[in-house]
Amino acid sequence: MSGGATALRGSVRRAQAGTTESRLVRWLLIGLALAFMGLFLVLPLAAVATEALRKGLGAYLEALREPDAWAAIRLTLITAAISVPLNLVFGVAAAWAIAKFEFRGKAVLTTLVDLPFAVSPVVAGLIYVLVFGAQGWLGPWLAAHDIKIIFAVPGIVLATIFVTFPFIARELIPLMQAQGTDEEQAAIVLGATGWQTFWRVTLPNIKWGLLYGVILSNARAMGEFGAVSVVSGHIRGQTNTMPLHVEVLYNEYQSVAAFAVASLLAILALVTLVIKSVIEWRHEREMKALADLPPERPTAGAAAA
Amino acid sequence: MTAASSALPSTAAPLPRQKSGGAKRVLPGFNLTLGYALFYLCLIVLIPLSALVFKTFTLSWDQFWTAVASPRVLASYRLTFGASLIAAIVNLFGGLLVAWVLVRYDFPGKRIVDALVDLPFALPTAVAGISLTALLAGNGWIGQFLEPHGIKVAFTPAGVVIALIFIGLPFVVRTVQPVLEDTEKELEEAATSLGATRWQTFRLVILPSIMPALLTGFAMAFARAIGEYGSVIFIAGNMPMVSEITPLIIISKLEQYDFAGATAVALVMLLISFVMLLVINGLQGWQRKRSGGTS
Repeated sequence: MSGGATALRGSVRRAQAGTTESRLVRWLLIGLALAFMGLFLVLPLAAVATEALRKGLGAYLEALREPDAWAAIRLTLITAAISVPLNLVFGVAAAWAIAKFEFRGKAVLTTLVDLPFAVSPVVAGLIYVLVFGAQGWLGPWLAAHDIKIIFAVPGIVLATIFVTFPFIARELIPLMQAQGTDEEQAAIVLGATGWQTFWRVTLPNIKWGLLYGVILSNARAMGEFGAVSVVSGHIRGQTNTMPLHVEVLYNEYQSVAAFAVASLLAILALVTLVIKSVIEWRHEREMKALADLPPERPTAGAAAA
Repeated sequence: MTAASSALPSTAAPLPRQKSGGAKRVLPGFNLTLGYALFYLCLIVLIPLSALVFKTFTLSWDQFWTAVASPRVLASYRLTFGASLIAAIVNLFGGLLVAWVLVRYDFPGKRIVDALVDLPFALPTAVAGISLTALLAGNGWIGQFLEPHGIKVAFTPAGVVIALIFIGLPFVVRTVQPVLEDTEKELEEAATSLGATRWQTFRLVILPSIMPALLTGFAMAFARAIGEYGSVIFIAGNMPMVSEITPLIIISKLEQYDFAGATAVALVMLLISFVMLLVINGLQGWQRKRSGGTS
């Protein structure tokens, strides 16, 4: 019995030898990869925590109680609360049109949706200055009507919308394309209205992808620096978002305060990664559960593939 | 979901898009969703971007050329492209290594490592910038070991490269990982049984199949690095002619109210972004063809 098991293990090992490396090479590669990740990802995170707590927990909390820090946190939350829902509506609309229908220029539209990812954040900020700034297209008109967009909150929101523009659409388009239109057609044929079809058929199918796009776009919205920096004007307590406030404090050599605010953003990043991983693991489990379904119900597997 | 789908004929399996042209008018909302998407796209992206082009047209050719080709600006292109290229190459190898280890091997904490790969996407660039600077400055955890040997990283072009490696790290990993998961082990077994060494198998069987993904990730990391601003300005030192990146040139021209100059340099960067976008699209098309038509 035990001899048979050993022989089996031996043959398994021989079979694996063709497709994997020796133990030494394996651990060497794992070690190198972990060192690369540790050096570039873990150390910077650890540095944020250490620098923030350099003068103790008291100084850390003190730095976070500053009114300017509070104003920055508030502005960051407002910006994300406006830009993420707007991009959510756009993402769902664009994905519905692109994934469920055939039309001319679809490839161009898909590329244009991705465009903001390719544009430098600084250029993204600059274009709004050119449209809404004092010397821009609408500058004189806005000044005459006493509306401030650049160096004010609307400009910050616009720049944030631009840099987070593709996230949700790009997450949903491939997902909805893979799911096809069969289920929606069935719902329509059975008499559902368009809205009912969307809420009861499409939305349950895309909810994880949607959530995935939302948290990524939220992380970027709260963390954007370059684009917001161009349009903000850096008015303390008024137009400084958290990342900009970090910069101001850092340049004033208030290292502990800068890293204290930065640590909040780092925590946000970690929470984002945790939610993202949970979504991925859930999705993986659902896929596995579908794959394990008995073969007499092949359509369920096919619809999910 | 299963109830709805089991009521359907099971014709449209993994490739549903090609044959469902007849579906076009069954589903509602085409005009509404496409119309809104185009409206929003124009409002947020296309009209503001066109402002950049129109503003540049108000410049004479000489003004444009002085703005985009002055020695200081040329030096910034050299730094931006050079540092981005080096960082993307480092990420090409580092990313392949990480993707390989995550797909092929098991080790404790693998899921955490996998999740951590996306940190540069989630961590605000300004935070990355100040923490890398804190690490590499003369009194930092890493800097204190380098500085006695005369190696200065923070506030030099080398610092720019480090920041750009951080920013571009996830791209190659995330493009290569799924392709590596789908490679067929049978091919490797065949190669081995035909007498290939493991290294030959990797070079001649595995590498060609992941090449499109590898190059896509490389191009994405490079494109992202060219436009990067937040993480770089903290660590670069921003010395004109030495460690000043092109996005910073745009900012400093803006701060001097040189809108025309800023716009001209921005247009150059925008054109480069377009080219990179086309290159990446082409590479992704190549990859789709390679993996047999499924996206």
